[in-house]
Amino acid sequence: MWKWLHPYAKTESAYQLCSSLKPWLWGGALLSLAVGTVWGLAFAPADYQQGDSFRIIYIHVPSAILSMGTYVAMAVAALVGIVWQWRTAFMSMIAMAPVGALMTFIALFTGAAWGKPMWGAWWVWDARLTSELILLFLYFGVMALYVAFDDKQQAGKAAGVMALVGVVNVPIIHYSVEWWNTLHQGATISKFDTPSIAPEMLWPLLINLLGFALFIAAVTVVRLQNEILRREIHRPWVQQLAASRLEQKKVEPRHAV
Amino acid sequence: MNPRRQSRLIVVIAVGSLIAGAIGLMLYALTDSIDLFYTPSEVIEGKAGQHPQVGQRLRIGGLVVPGTVVRDATSLAVSFDLVDTGPKVTVVYDGILPDLFREGQGIVATGVLVDKTTINAEEVLAKHDEEYMPPELAEKMKGIKHVKPEQGATSL
Repeated sequence: MWKWLHPYAKTESAYQLCSSLKPWLWGGALLSLAVGTVWGLAFAPADYQQGDSFRIIYIHVPSAILSMGTYVAMAVAALVGIVWQWRTAFMSMIAMAPVGALMTFIALFTGAAWGKPMWGAWWVWDARLTSELILLFLYFGVMALYVAFDDKQQAGKAAGVMALVGVVNVPIIHYSVEWWNTLHQGATISKFDTPSIAPEMLWPLLINLLGFALFIAAVTVVRLQNEILRREIHRPWVQQLAASRLEQKKVEPRHAV
Repeated sequence: MNPRRQSRLIVVIAVGSLIAGAIGLMLYALTDSIDLFYTPSEVIEGKAGQHPQVGQRLRIGGLVVPGTVVRDATSLAVSFDLVDTGPKVTVVYDGILPDLFREGQGIVATGVLVDKTTINAEEVLAKHDEEYMPPELAEKMKGIKHVKPEQGATSL
């Protein structure tokens, strides 16, 4: 059933898969981010309560959802790495970590900027905000553990265990607004119910969500390629690749300025 | 699946569910302290058998009862009642209210319980719900007139 996946355990085929995915991911990300952001910020109607201030939702919600989504993807990669001992799995795990941390930071930052005018406070130690902050620290923990080991296979295992343990925080973040009294609102779109947002405001949000996801995938793919090259620098196929790139540069005619 | 992979998978699943169980129990035990605020009925009737003491600092969250907002004509002092499903608690506050403060709005206030049903607040935060809609739709569905947050009303 999973036979088609097996070739990508090899670094060379994983690298080639990344190369062929890259243009599609970047193109899709730029297109949907442009459409979603312009639609959301300029053309979607203002909210009945919050006026134009609500528009920060178009950055806040996609980054927050995907800070959790990226973590789950990272944990799945860690599981594959630990159980099936795929080197490429650990490499993709560590390629995702800083991107996920960035998403978490954006969610926290836009949340603070939204909280000040609407709630009256930049920060409140409620369950949602605190658990999202813990998610940021989990990302930092995974990254720090990976850097701490010189043997990268060992580093992948240690960081992978950390990523797997931390995954319990994801449902806590999601359900924090239901389990406890919080200042943060309940779920608007990520629930098994009709979204509590008017359709003309929802569409740009969904498009931006897709855009953020593609952007994360694109950056991850680039970082994964770098990681593969760094780790496999002595392999013949990497040296061949480097040689052919050098060759191309020499052949291209340079115009004098 | 070969036996080594299988045993690794079992170990990962076992350790994972143990940790999840431990954290779940911990959070369950801490439920009361993780809640951000008391509701008005918890302030008056007690929560889990414990009554907040007069003089205790606490947070309260509830809806502003329409018609109870009394503003002082010469200062920023304001008082209003909060309610959830039961009795009301009066909040006294001297300061600038957030943009979203209005009658019927969810509010979280931090302050000292000065008598059984009154809180002297030093911070008032507005809570909003998860519904977003354009003003015309809100008017049609809920009969709410769009109230544009007043410009320049926030403190810095």
